[in-house]
Amino acid sequence: MISASKRLWRTSPLTYLALVLATLLSIYPFYYVVVIGTRTLDSINDVPPPVTPGGAFTDNFGRVLDNDAANFLTGMMNSIIVSSVVTVSVVLTGSLAGFAFAKLRFRGRNVLLLSIIVTMMIPTQLGIIPLWGMMQTLGWYDTLYAVTVPFLVTAFGVFMMRQYASQAVSDELIEAGRVDGASTLRIYWNIVLPALRPAAGVLGLLTFMETWNSFLWPYAVLTPENPTLQVSLSFLSYAYYTDYSQVFAATAVGTLPLVIVFLLFGRQIIGGIMEGAVKS
Amino acid sequence: MSHSTTAAPPTPAAPPPPGGTRKRPRRSLAHLDIKYSPYLYIAPFFLIFGIFGLYPMLRTLWMSLHDWDMIGDRTFIGLDNYTRLLSDDYFWNALVNTFGIFALSTVPQLLLALFLANLLNRTLLRAKTFFRMAIFIPNVVSVAAVAIVFGMLYQREYGLVNWLLGFVGIDQIDWDGQTWSSWTAIASMVNWRWTGYNTLILLAGMQAIPRDLYEAAEIDGAGQWRQFWRITLPLLRPTFIFVVILSTIGGMQLFTEPLLFANGNIIGGTQRDFQTLAMYMYEMGITNLNSAGYGAAVAWALFMIIGLMSLLNFVLVRRAAK
Repeated sequence: MISASKRLWRTSPLTYLALVLATLLSIYPFYYVVVIGTRTLDSINDVPPPVTPGGAFTDNFGRVLDNDAANFLTGMMNSIIVSSVVTVSVVLTGSLAGFAFAKLRFRGRNVLLLSIIVTMMIPTQLGIIPLWGMMQTLGWYDTLYAVTVPFLVTAFGVFMMRQYASQAVSDELIEAGRVDGASTLRIYWNIVLPALRPAAGVLGLLTFMETWNSFLWPYAVLTPENPTLQVSLSFLSYAYYTDYSQVFAATAVGTLPLVIVFLLFGRQIIGGIMEGAVKS
Repeated sequence: MSHSTTAAPPTPAAPPPPGGTRKRPRRSLAHLDIKYSPYLYIAPFFLIFGIFGLYPMLRTLWMSLHDWDMIGDRTFIGLDNYTRLLSDDYFWNALVNTFGIFALSTVPQLLLALFLANLLNRTLLRAKTFFRMAIFIPNVVSVAAVAIVFGMLYQREYGLVNWLLGFVGIDQIDWDGQTWSSWTAIASMVNWRWTGYNTLILLAGMQAIPRDLYEAAEIDGAGQWRQFWRITLPLLRPTFIFVVILSTIGGMQLFTEPLLFANGNIIGGTQRDFQTLAMYMYEMGITNLNSAGYGAAVAWALFMIIGLMSLLNFVLVRRAAK
């Protein structure tokens, strides 16, 4: 028996060869960004193309900072602000509602939960035309409100927190809190939220990455004077598509924060994505 | 946690002495709390989603029934926008482009993901976490950055792709100049960013398949290939449907890659070679504010296409597995 199952899950050198090849294809573009971003503009056009990094990064990135067609630093700050606010809000509103759906009894609970699951399937991006008009009416066009407020809650966040809360928070603990005279909000803050921490962490990471990377909507409502990082990158690449070393230096700097986050928390992110897949 | 333990000791002793007098108002407050506070906790989601998610979707439908100028007049015209869509060459062009790029990105991507997931699903594999992370990391990069990097790789004179093709005697290709080449280039961006993600989802599905099924098959003398075909694939069906539908929803709304590949030109190449439906919606609804009603009709057409495609995928994958 043991030998049979061992034979079954064995690996051959070919397995590793294929995986190493896939790894190289995955990683290569990162390396390529570093190569071009650190080269002088002249050496990029060499034939054969350069394959090793150069020493011109500071010069290239200096041109990015001086470039007022893209306002890169403003974009970076804006992205940090927007992504942080959205992440904190999605985690708090998601865990609060998820807790209510998992552990509290109220009329209409099942119908409301079902409606949340349905909204997860709706591509709300298709509502951008009237939403664009709403931003004009509210006076939010070209402000950070436009790219923050509509994203303060997500159906996915509520659903994920509900799934986790229903198994990770025991009813006895909540009952104990009630006997102690704690209000529901206090129970959430002192008992439920600490218990939800692992899932809340993953939700936070996923939300941060998604917000940091989002493009279509920020592109529709922000201008080059007050962009997010991705919008700034796009304007930079339109206007300076011949100055690749400048565009790539900016791309490298703009991508770095998420790469660091991923290297630190990749295990949790991957775990969260795989767990979510099995449950749904 | 520490709070509840420090708060616990006094309470058991406290309630008995006051008796009925002080307890009443407290109890009714607690009653209100238990009965109505849940609505307070779920309210933020429904409020914000209602205003900024659901309402715009419905308003899109309403707008699509009008000749609607975003900064001017609006006239009710019934279904005219939709009949106009049917004879609009640019709309059909965008539809064909969207499906072309979708096919070029989804089919190879899912096959590759299936292959990689099967490799990663071996208990004796070393460096598992490393390989998983390495394969997934492209998904962390923003679509804008991916489009910029690949735009350079496909650049005509100095791009790496044309340089490599030169070795096998292929002349420099003008990647953004023709339909097939631009579709290929854009699809490769999608593939690079999403293969790893789909690999992990499929891997999760594979790991949920009971191991003893394979052991039994092994005893019956079934080889690895046969086991994959007879056990893994059929039992992976729900996960596969999930992945296909997710790819469909994403693929039908493709926007950023083709836009940046066209250097921000919303019509996607000089001849609209790679304008997608989402780009056409943007062009009609936001770039040209005076045709917002028509843009809204494009949005709803796209919405219905996504719904139909998801349904079709669901049915087809179910059938194929039987």
